[in-house]
Amino acid sequence: MTAVVAATAAQPARRRHASVARQRRWALYGSYAALGVFVVMFLVPPFYMLVTSLKSSGEISAQRGSPWLVHHPTLENFIYLVTYAPFRRYFFNTVWVTVCVVAVSMVISVLAAFALARIRFWGSSSLATGVFLTYLIPESLLFIPLFQILGGLGLINSTWCLVLIYPTLAVPFCTWIMIGYFSSIPKELDEAALIDGASWMQLLLRIFIPVAMPGIIAATIFAFTVSWGDFLYPLAYLYTSDQMVLNVGIIGDLVRGDVFEWGKIMAAALMAAAPPVVIYVFLMDYYVAGLTAGATKG
Amino acid sequence: MAQAGSIPIAETVVALAPSARGRLHTFMRRRSMVGFVMALPLIALIAGLVVYPALYAIYLSLLDKSMTRFVGWHNFVFLLNRATFRMVVFQSVLFAVSAVVAKAFIGFVLAHLMHAIPSRRQRFYRGLLLIPWVIPLALSTLGWWWLFDPTYSALNWLLNQLGLPSVSWLGQPGWARFCMILVNTWWGEPFFMIMYLAALKSVPEQLFEAAAIDGASGLQKLRYITLPMMRNVISLTVLFSLIVTFANFDIVRILTNGGPLNTTHIFATYAFQVGIQSGNIPLGAAVSLFMLPVLAIAAVFVLRGVTRRSQEAM
Repeated sequence: MTAVVAATAAQPARRRHASVARQRRWALYGSYAALGVFVVMFLVPPFYMLVTSLKSSGEISAQRGSPWLVHHPTLENFIYLVTYAPFRRYFFNTVWVTVCVVAVSMVISVLAAFALARIRFWGSSSLATGVFLTYLIPESLLFIPLFQILGGLGLINSTWCLVLIYPTLAVPFCTWIMIGYFSSIPKELDEAALIDGASWMQLLLRIFIPVAMPGIIAATIFAFTVSWGDFLYPLAYLYTSDQMVLNVGIIGDLVRGDVFEWGKIMAAALMAAAPPVVIYVFLMDYYVAGLTAGATKG
Repeated sequence: MAQAGSIPIAETVVALAPSARGRLHTFMRRRSMVGFVMALPLIALIAGLVVYPALYAIYLSLLDKSMTRFVGWHNFVFLLNRATFRMVVFQSVLFAVSAVVAKAFIGFVLAHLMHAIPSRRQRFYRGLLLIPWVIPLALSTLGWWWLFDPTYSALNWLLNQLGLPSVSWLGQPGWARFCMILVNTWWGEPFFMIMYLAALKSVPEQLFEAAAIDGASGLQKLRYITLPMMRNVISLTVLFSLIVTFANFDIVRILTNGGPLNTTHIFATYAFQVGIQSGNIPLGAAVSLFMLPVLAIAAVFVLRGVTRRSQEAM
């Protein structure tokens, strides 16, 4: 398109076209400039977190010169955290909870989506609607009754309670995404396989899962993001540092009374945010697909 | 390949069906049984950990503090008579509405800017603009908290460089509210941008060309083509975001924890303070149940939008 515009602009006789082309070019430059401004504004907090994490406590409290620059960069905050046993514990707990939750959520939601999208049974379409409604129920409505229920099960202050309840956050949306992907697979495919004597399970494992792989990846990313980033449930249910996960551990452990070790807090926050960001960098298209699936699929 | 293979087999089914009706019937029965069993984990999860707790919350909210006596509507009446709680209601509505409006507007502008540049460059900008959404909210809010810190605030340093006085970001109710809305807007706006961009891309280019030939101005194109074509996505995104923003917890909890003097609490943080920290479980359950009417209304509209969309797709 740009080439066409340039070609029209090159013809001196058509003045009006040239001015239109010039206008368009300026509009384009304007868009780039405005987007650039937005990008800079949006990246201020992460940038400032990075800057702070590279400063020593002395440099932060001295308040000399611009706070936006690092005068004596140091990795001492990161080294401190890597060697700090409780932080390693939080990291390990988060990884373990997330792995369990992703596995459980994906098994539940892939099976359910296959049943709801393809096998169908009495009440399956109202169940699909119900699943979607569940996705709209926020955790801030459920955390108080769940506190009582988990207390009754003896799971308060145990990472197991997160393994039990995080799937409620991930499964509805994952099921929803998978229903969309499974419905788009042509019906002839499963008819053929069933006539050839395949069981429903074989059909799911051999045909549906491989064909709907992009959807599976998008749903897995979603389940991972939810269980890595949740804050309310662990804050309400975990209180000793051997059971804590990263989000609450950083806030509960490094923020001690009035002594804020900002360099360490920011370094810890960056390290905790690194896994989701790395996954995002490598799988951005799946991430975006998952984001839009909520309203465009189904 | 699958297409080619399926044709003779489909004929076989037609040939078999009338003669083996009984077998087909049992087959269907087995089929629905298999489906039900596969969906059973999902049903158990939702029934046990979503529906049951939601009903249990209603039961809890009708008890007294020691959870031994049934007190009816007492907790709800008690809350409505408290100035602090009325402030919570006001604050939640203000927070949700202004943050969603800001997100919707900025998202709309960003989607248009993105749509104006060539697609191969869009990837790069989209990648950078989505970062606020990718960082777990609790962690990025920590970064914001540090930016708003009373003594070390780097934002105040910038203001001072411009010759402006420092601002007590989280110390005054007005500014604290502004900060919460700002952080929420920063975090949630990429979602709007992505949704709007997807919707914009699906608007047929011919409509704009036809309008351009008819001499429509940019504003007219926006008013008569873009907005009607995007109406469904806009309303769905706004409703989704309204639910999430209304129920938000992380931002307020980390930035102000309700302070100064309980002026910035919203439903989730106030329920946490009353129910978990002060140990009055029934009152906390009552606080969070006040969210229900708003959520229910939003959910009805979302559902209507979603079913209409799927009918259109068929």
